[in-house]
Amino acid sequence: MTDWPKVRLHVVTGKGGTGKSTVAAALALALATRGKNVLLCEVEGRQGIARMFDVDPLPFEERRLTTGLPGPDGRPGVVHALHIDPESALLEYLALYYKLGRAGRALERFGVIEFATTIAPGVRDVLLTGKVFEAVERNSRNKGAIQYDAVVLDAPPTGRIVQFLNVSNELAGLAKVGPVKSQADTMMTLFRSPRTAVHLVTVLEEMPVQETVDGIAELRSVDLPVGGVVVNLVRPQDLTAEQLDATDPETVSADLKAAGVEADDALVESLISEGHEHAERRALETSQRAIVAGLDVPTYELPRLPQGVDLGALYELAATLREQGLA
Amino acid sequence: MNQPPRVGPAGPTAPTLDVDALLDDPGIGIIVCCGSGGVGKTTTSAALALRAAERGRKVVVLTIDPARRLAQAMGIDALDNTPRPVVDVDAAAGGHLDAMMLDMKRTFDEVVESQASPEKAKQILENPFYIALSSSFAGTQEYMAMEKLGQIHADSVAAGGDGRYDLIVVDTPPSRSALDFLDAPERLSSFLDGRFIRLMLAPTRGPARLIGAGFGLITNALTKILGAQVLRDLQTFVAAIDTVFGGFRQRAMKTYALLQADGTAFVVVAAPEPDALREAAYFVERLSADQMPLAGLVVNRAGAAPAGSLSADEAMTAAARLRRDEPTSTTAGLLRLHADQVRLVEREQRLRSRFAAAHPQVATAVVPALASDVHDLTGLRRVGELLAEQ
Repeated sequence: MTDWPKVRLHVVTGKGGTGKSTVAAALALALATRGKNVLLCEVEGRQGIARMFDVDPLPFEERRLTTGLPGPDGRPGVVHALHIDPESALLEYLALYYKLGRAGRALERFGVIEFATTIAPGVRDVLLTGKVFEAVERNSRNKGAIQYDAVVLDAPPTGRIVQFLNVSNELAGLAKVGPVKSQADTMMTLFRSPRTAVHLVTVLEEMPVQETVDGIAELRSVDLPVGGVVVNLVRPQDLTAEQLDATDPETVSADLKAAGVEADDALVESLISEGHEHAERRALETSQRAIVAGLDVPTYELPRLPQGVDLGALYELAATLREQGLA
Repeated sequence: MNQPPRVGPAGPTAPTLDVDALLDDPGIGIIVCCGSGGVGKTTTSAALALRAAERGRKVVVLTIDPARRLAQAMGIDALDNTPRPVVDVDAAAGGHLDAMMLDMKRTFDEVVESQASPEKAKQILENPFYIALSSSFAGTQEYMAMEKLGQIHADSVAAGGDGRYDLIVVDTPPSRSALDFLDAPERLSSFLDGRFIRLMLAPTRGPARLIGAGFGLITNALTKILGAQVLRDLQTFVAAIDTVFGGFRQRAMKTYALLQADGTAFVVVAAPEPDALREAAYFVERLSADQMPLAGLVVNRAGAAPAGSLSADEAMTAAARLRRDEPTSTTAGLLRLHADQVRLVEREQRLRSRFAAAHPQVATAVVPALASDVHDLTGLRRVGELLAEQ
């Protein structure tokens, strides 16, 4: 079954262009089996969830998004979505923890909210991660909130993930004491625990793989729990190099005729050269895959879909992730 | 049955971006490559710079985060914030190429040092708010890329400079949105000019007295949440930065004006994916709204269109027939690969023609996906050729 039975918070990161948002969405669908409530969060203000699931832009409010991927019993759980922006998170935080009354409104009027969320060091990240923390642990003051079985975070890219999650470090130079500091410490306890896993999405190319290697080392150096590596956009593996080497134009031509395709030499040649290009890329992928395999973390592979990813494809990817044990 | 496949509606096609004409134009002194993350901006800017240099321009490329091996090949794997000559550039046409990797914190420190007295500068550089601002503020990297661009331009390109360069190619930081690059200076300025900062500076002066009561509430609230030390650090920071702030704003505005000038050309880089093209569209719209000169769009990593006219469906049908008799048929495998490739290319063409429909004026260059990663000058030259031969 799942490789990560204890994990409540799945953080999904990856280099830009590797498809981490797609993987996060597919993982949320895969986790939502019968009777389970899963929350999918995004923190980068891009409304990617709304676009992927073809719904209106999400507010700072947990919304029922869709049903998950049905399990063996044919019954799915529910996926909810939350778009976290730092301004709303700060206002909610202040309302939850401090009865500021007029001061709360004054903070907004005097540009303090803007200040805190654009510039105050680390505060932006702490607010975002703070809300994620709240969604996992649920604050008793947040009455009537849904208890989630799993929270999936579509996180900032690999290059920023450690800074993003290592909140108490970010605040270290700043808030040495006080409630914010102790809250940051509590958050770190969750992020460093076996209930959190940081999954890294990559493609089998040099730079993304290198970033994954660096990212894992960096996560480990600050005791953040490394989850799995999801290798995305993997090319189909229809042909082996040996098969390609053994290909001769005449056989291909004869096969094409047998299959009812009018085969001229140009077509045969084009098919064979496409095959060789494919083999070249595959060889590069294989060398990168060896590096990923050497990382000593569980890996999962998702195929490249020539037609792109639509809503149906997300469920297919979810099924693949579940089969392989990420969910 | 061998009719050409119908590839969607014969949608609009964009005019072609003439890369060599752009690189050869002596009136162009700055080329800015922008686009969302992961689309190959760094490679594109390095390839443009190399090609320009080998066509006789005196070029410096300012890059942000190159792949390690590419950085090594260009001799810029050490971060020292100074342009270094790239070796093995063909100088036959009289050009040369320098490259540098941006060190954001160091650039920021240098700005502070140039704007403030030594004691004041020290005070600023040691303040925790400054340290965080200079190393992690979303936008600092963009702002510093602009700052460095302004510096190099003033020192070496503009009239009165040392004339070391006549073209600067800038690779923009890997941000979520391509727009961040343009918005960063404004963001930093408006932060430094914000109500809150002014409030911290002058809580008892002039009109601020009227809001004195509100200010008391705020400081109390902040002390409660963050602790008194933080507030003291913040006040020190704000007071210190205020003295250098005028300089900041002025420099940012000057660089922004430089970007709007005729000597600048923006190249928007994208991949044939919906998200990347959407970002590119935002950026194109923004450039035109801000009257910034757009040279064109580069679409990287495009699938190569297979030769011949065998459609995806025909190929899949034929593959299925072959597999029935021989499940491991190599020809069937080739046919399936072909079908995948045709579908990929059709999808990309659809995306591109949608972009062209909305932005018919944008000249475009399409660069096919390379089988291997680019990590040396030979690879960059190849990309340069592909960019030029449209």
